[in-house]
Amino acid sequence: MIMSRLARQRLSALIVKESLQMIRDPSSILIAFVLPIILLIIFGLGLSLDTTAVKVAIVVEDSTTPITQNLLQSFYDSSYIDVIKKTQTMQAAEPLLVAGKVNAIVDIPSYFASRNKVAKKDANKQAELFVKTDGSDPNLANFSANYIKAIWQLWLKQEALVEKRWVTPIVNILPRYWYNEELKSRNFIFPSSFALILIIIGALLTALVVAREWERGTMEALFATPIRLSELIIGKLLPYFILGLGTIVICTMMAIFVFNVPFRGSFFALFIISAVYMLSSLSLGLLISTITKDQFIASQMTTIIAFLPSLLLSGFIFEISSMPAWLQALTYIIPARYFVTCIKTVFMVGDIWPLLLPNIFCISLITVGLLGITAIKTQKRLM
Amino acid sequence: MFFRVWALIIKEMQTLWQDKRTRFVLIVSPIIQLLIFSNAATLAVDHIRIGVFNRDNGKLGYEYIERVVGSSYFNQIFFVKKQSDIKPLIDEQKVYGVIVIDPQFSKDILAGKSGQIQLLMDGRQANATQIISGYISDISQDFSKNMAEKYHRKLQSSTVIVRHQFNPNLEFKWFTIPSILGTLLALTGIIVTALAVAREREMGTFDQLLVSPLSMSNILLGKTIPALLVGLVQGTLMFLCSIFIFHVPFTGSLGLFYLAMIIYLLAVIGIGLFISSLVKTQQQAILGAFLFMVPAVSTSGFATSVQNMPVWLQDASLINPIRYFLVIVRGLYLKNAPFLDLLPYLTALAVIAIVTLVTATWFFRRRM
Repeated sequence: MIMSRLARQRLSALIVKESLQMIRDPSSILIAFVLPIILLIIFGLGLSLDTTAVKVAIVVEDSTTPITQNLLQSFYDSSYIDVIKKTQTMQAAEPLLVAGKVNAIVDIPSYFASRNKVAKKDANKQAELFVKTDGSDPNLANFSANYIKAIWQLWLKQEALVEKRWVTPIVNILPRYWYNEELKSRNFIFPSSFALILIIIGALLTALVVAREWERGTMEALFATPIRLSELIIGKLLPYFILGLGTIVICTMMAIFVFNVPFRGSFFALFIISAVYMLSSLSLGLLISTITKDQFIASQMTTIIAFLPSLLLSGFIFEISSMPAWLQALTYIIPARYFVTCIKTVFMVGDIWPLLLPNIFCISLITVGLLGITAIKTQKRLM
Repeated sequence: MFFRVWALIIKEMQTLWQDKRTRFVLIVSPIIQLLIFSNAATLAVDHIRIGVFNRDNGKLGYEYIERVVGSSYFNQIFFVKKQSDIKPLIDEQKVYGVIVIDPQFSKDILAGKSGQIQLLMDGRQANATQIISGYISDISQDFSKNMAEKYHRKLQSSTVIVRHQFNPNLEFKWFTIPSILGTLLALTGIIVTALAVAREREMGTFDQLLVSPLSMSNILLGKTIPALLVGLVQGTLMFLCSIFIFHVPFTGSLGLFYLAMIIYLLAVIGIGLFISSLVKTQQQAILGAFLFMVPAVSTSGFATSVQNMPVWLQDASLINPIRYFLVIVRGLYLKNAPFLDLLPYLTALAVIAIVTLVTATWFFRRRM
């Protein structure tokens, strides 16, 4: 398409006006720069699934034997376990679990040492180490149990060396976590939070700005000018598009240099997926503001149909595949779902194009749909 | 004076109730959100897809796989035929991970050595995959017991038996629903106060209130009480849903639950009024609410535990009312928490309520 000189002038005039408006409005600057940085810090540091140390209370019914003492020492020595209290009875430890002071109680029964003396063939005669976790936080409960089991296994090995009573385990599992050897949840939460930041800039900021123009009637004034609908949309969105990509550059730098998140893909892939996703969130903002034409409702709608789904239904923290089928079906219309998959992969794995391309295609499809609805709604308004 | 405030409260309630949109936002939308979020906000790992690569020709590798297939943990199992198939399967997220059984697996076990199993997991979903590793180690433990009986191998002299108190099956909804209740209540408290006051200011109706014979504290009381009532109604609705629709057990005292809810709502309303005392327009109020809600929810223990955060952030979250309320509701729902355990949290909430309400009144007076 060859643009006439006039059209180019119209478009650039509008872009200049939009950019000036954006720069001069302190609340836009707040949304575009302050909010993303606050969010990055909060998400980067606050949202952590890495259990640093499990708080436990240990019930030792008989602490006189060396076996129990060694086991106890293993718990004290471990940096994964924080022994809050040692008691002699379960009754003394249980209130701590209720009060949330500990995540789990480890109970070493009085017969632990005597049964431990001989390696048994019969599973029913094994010495039992009882663990009672605080199930009111299921994720922590899972991790507490796993950590305590790991300490116990370590102790078994040490005991075996000292006592020469090593029993070769029948199955030996060697887990390896690809692309995230240190198992840091920050490595995937941090890049995924870009999805939210682009939603805030793209959808929330655009929705508020355009809704304000409708509220004040300046949108009608623009319609009265010779500008075309497509030029109007491009003129409105381009400054925010560039702003969004600028923020992504800042976020990526922070991720790599401040938070040491590995970056194994290419900047080209990062650029493509960010640009495509940014377009979709701009279109969403445009659509919301066109439908609502009111700042208050626009902000409510953006929160409910853009921000929260991008947080909850994108696989950002919560696994999509664990959700019920009807909710999984709903996630397919949320662009953040595709973006989160892509950005995690670009950061942690690399440019896996067979994975990225279908996702990029889906985002584009949603964008086209959103723009189509917006165009229809705007035209109706003019008739 | 009491009569004037009463009149203002009636007027506020009417304004809230008359607007169809507000009615929807306050009554219907929390129920819908409760329904969606309780299903979405789960760290449970269900519907697991896993790959299995059996390199062992013997009988035992096959038996091990039978156990994996027969377990209730995994929904979809991909049988991998060759080594080079593993990487694309994981890279493209078709599976969470692949269980690789060593070529010598059967031989090693029959020879009295350890059979090796390699787990290749996707680190992009580290939380889920760590839990899955836990499942696989449970399967292996059962397998070992079975092998010990069959082939007269010795077992470890000790074993670990885990029980999850308060929530034996680790139902994730029992954890999320009380938290969502707390979070949505905060959202309501903020919307009803901060946004409504900002809208009145923009429309100029707030000025009309100021020239009435009502004092500033009367006006703010007239804003606080309706918001409190709306919050209590909403809280009750969500509470009933949690019990009758989601069947979350409620073991604690109902009186304590309502006491905590009232103090919590006052704290949140205080924050809402505080925000509205600082802003001039709706847009600023929206931003203010956003700037409060997002960090507050993120550091409240709603999705990820407070104890996993860095210490400075844990300290910063001491001024976060949502954090305290979540501890209280979880305690009341699942643990039948005694009053004395909850007292520190209730006190903290009360302090936040008093500080924010007083400061908001002071700011309003000064800015008028």
